[in-house]
Amino acid sequence: MSKSQSSASLQSRDTVKADRVKYNSRGLAFFEHEQPWRYEEDGYQVTRGSAWSAPGCHLGCGVLIYSKDDKVVRVEGDPENPYNQGRLCPRCVAVDDIVNNERRISHPLKRSLDDRGKDRWERISWEEALDTIEQRFNTYKQQHGAESVVFLQGTGRDIAAYISRLAWSFGSPNYAFSLTNVACFGPRIFASTMLAGTFMVGDYSQQFIDRYDNPAWEAPALTVVWGNNPIVANSDGAYGHWVTDVLQRGSKLLVVDARLTWLAAHADLWLQVRPGSDGALALGIAHVLIEEGLCDDEFTSLWVYGLEEYAQMVAEWTPEKTSEVTWVSPEDIRAAARLLGQNSPALLQWGVALDQREDCVDGSRAVLSLFALTGNIEKPGTMIVGPELLKYITGWGRDLLSFDAEDKRIGTEELMFYKLALQVASMNRLIDHMIEQPDDYPIKASWIQTVNQIACGGADNERTLEAFSKLEFNVIVDLFMTPTAMAYGDLFLPVTTYTERNGIRCGDGTQRGETINAAVSPLGECRSDMEINLELGRRFNSEAWPWETVEEMFSHIMADTGMDFEGVREIAPSYLPFEYEKFKSGKMREDGQLGFQTPSGRLELYSQGLGFLGYDPLPNYVEPPMTPYSQPELAAEYPLVLTTGARRHNTFHSENRQGSRLRALHPEPTVQIHPQTAASLGVQDGEWVWVEGPVGLTGRTARAKRVAEVTPIVDPRVVSSDHGWWHPEADPEKLYDVNELNINNLISWSSGQTGIGANYKCLLCKIYPCREGEQS
Amino acid sequence: MKKGLLINYRWCTGCYSCELACQAKNGLPVGQYGIKLNQVGPWEYAPKKWQYTYFPVLTEQCNLCADRLAVGKLPSCVQHCQANCIQIIGADQAAEILKENSKVMFMTL
Ligand code: SF4
Ligand code: SF4
Ligand code: SF4
Repeated sequence: MSKSQSSASLQSRDTVKADRVKYNSRGLAFFEHEQPWRYEEDGYQVTRGSAWSAPGCHLGCGVLIYSKDDKVVRVEGDPENPYNQGRLCPRCVAVDDIVNNERRISHPLKRSLDDRGKDRWERISWEEALDTIEQRFNTYKQQHGAESVVFLQGTGRDIAAYISRLAWSFGSPNYAFSLTNVACFGPRIFASTMLAGTFMVGDYSQQFIDRYDNPAWEAPALTVVWGNNPIVANSDGAYGHWVTDVLQRGSKLLVVDARLTWLAAHADLWLQVRPGSDGALALGIAHVLIEEGLCDDEFTSLWVYGLEEYAQMVAEWTPEKTSEVTWVSPEDIRAAARLLGQNSPALLQWGVALDQREDCVDGSRAVLSLFALTGNIEKPGTMIVGPELLKYITGWGRDLLSFDAEDKRIGTEELMFYKLALQVASMNRLIDHMIEQPDDYPIKASWIQTVNQIACGGADNERTLEAFSKLEFNVIVDLFMTPTAMAYGDLFLPVTTYTERNGIRCGDGTQRGETINAAVSPLGECRSDMEINLELGRRFNSEAWPWETVEEMFSHIMADTGMDFEGVREIAPSYLPFEYEKFKSGKMREDGQLGFQTPSGRLELYSQGLGFLGYDPLPNYVEPPMTPYSQPELAAEYPLVLTTGARRHNTFHSENRQGSRLRALHPEPTVQIHPQTAASLGVQDGEWVWVEGPVGLTGRTARAKRVAEVTPIVDPRVVSSDHGWWHPEADPEKLYDVNELNINNLISWSSGQTGIGANYKCLLCKIYPCREGEQS
Repeated sequence: MKKGLLINYRWCTGCYSCELACQAKNGLPVGQYGIKLNQVGPWEYAPKKWQYTYFPVLTEQCNLCADRLAVGKLPSCVQHCQANCIQIIGADQAAEILKENSKVMFMTL
């Protein structure tokens, strides 16, 4: 039986025709395609490229866009692309629902300040729009400094790099990720960097052009899915169904999740963890690994730093104590440790649940530490450091910002993480600042691109609305009129979808070289995000944006690869050379020494870096601020643990609500409630209910409306909700119902100790039926 | 030889890609399908044992993608199936596979 075939899957996918793989002079592997990147087929124009965004997620699957008469008809997976191997999730299969959607905005709009919240937009030309922005931003810069203009993005996609460059070339240090406390992906990257000096991902062979057939690759013997529902989420660079691919190749499965996902139901072991207590669970598992001699002693003696301190810390985390904190039984904690200790190679598929509690870095470190203890690092089928084509995750153009400007970055005074480890401003502190408007440091204007803050990507709408209403000029750049734009936008710039524009794509975790290729002309006067930023950037700082066209800009960015945009487009996807166990050959450290890029040169279970920043070097467990144990009094009134952000197949955050085929799959927001709990509350399946709870420790409460889904997949003490909801079909002047649909209203803008991580996954709430007239 | 879809439902994750890929390929409206997903479960039938299975089934509107097969492509649902659990085969092959494997079903039109 070949590697790509197993009796379980009964099927092999012919992805890579080995005779068509070629190598260029820099060792990049690529395809010699039979067809050029654009070709004719059966009356359709077919455009090959990457699906990255908008709309879309973080993956950028390989697609073939079928168009006719300059209109997208359908999108298919590209069978030649090793990444997704011809497959697609429903969001790209039905992307024409979004591309051709009648609600899209097709020309720039303006609205007078007095009309915020009212549907009184006026069509203007691009010239007027860009002139206005240039003139107003520059005036604020002259009067109050460049820092008085803030540049905000949503979840990281290819546009992020161009937003950071726009901010920094303008001279503002206040470039921020709009989500509370960067509570997505960043904390895991940070935790991994503290432990290993770099970010690590599970090895599903994604770094090889020939994927599962590559002779160096080995299937994991165990896949650990922790705080992630990959087959729905497709998050952080990992195509979710790689998990089923490796299960079909014999991997066992351990799932840690508060809910019984499909994967959990089919796992060798499922640990139904109490939301927010993941860190404690990892310490309990480490306790058993050490106690039962299940660690990889040879590996830890050579490559791990701080084992003794770690062992001392976990000594108290007996399975019994861990069970009290996490609600997972002591037997299951022991069984999990044995699964991990006895099945190597093992990889970790971790998710945003680990980022979504206040001060979360300890939990992520504790989970990843299990893989250091068992030696599952940089071997085939374990946690690997992927090849990097372009360094873009920390932003593009930091050198453009002066030291004086950098000193003014909001958040760096109070939060050491921001000062020393991050390049963004703290969004939480920005919100405070926008409300307070200190005389010597006012915030006057904002640039809001790729984010719908009051439906998603923010917290506590009352405070968000207050903050942005204090600004004099807010520019929104988006596909659709959103609740955010309707609430406080003054100028709206309409953008293209990925089917209408060019771009470059290199991927998260392990990178590959791909291009995003326009298949059809933009709708109306829409422009791509990159075109907008290039044009505006040129007006602010022409030296920083010397390119005539975006394609020239892309070629400049990828110059190190020895290819230009047009060259990569023809051969994409292209792959970098990769080798395992780079720490044994000096390729993980800048100085070429053996080991890892950490102070000790080893994997730091005891993090000297964190100690230096003034934080606990060990991932000791701290109870999150909003749980039945930390807030027993509040819990008396709000007895249910609420976890939010459950992913659905049809939506990506606040996107995709407009598409009829997609919307039909899951038409309304839901809250999942155990049958016992539902019965005691008198709630029926399918009934509209209110989910109400404290807004952090502000003393206020808030609520969001949901359809009850009565299901045994949650613990009776826990309820789970999806997020990002608004109704594009509802009254714009009621902000598309967002205030009653946004579950983030229960999240406060509190920064915690570190300003990293927010409590999206562990809150308190109560649930009661909506009254007559409140339904729908 | 009669052809049909062999579905290895052990692996069907309920992702909906087959439903939508078929709708897109055949231009079917919302609410009509060539292949339709059915969910059975979840319920716990013994401690820690869960019944939770998805069954995609063919409808009257499936045409087995004759047009795609004619040009050497896989049926749209087969190509897009994220769990790699659908294939198109002849009934004689199916008989062999059904003898050897559990949790598979074979559907003809
Ligand atoms: S995971 Fe889905 S939405 Fe994301 S690029 Fe792939 S098909 Fe598109
Ligand atoms: S074989 Fe073709 S027509 Fe039949 S269900 Fe699959 S996609 Fe639809
Ligand atoms: S595409 Fe495959 S895995 Fe997804 S629902 Fe259909 S049969 Fe199941």
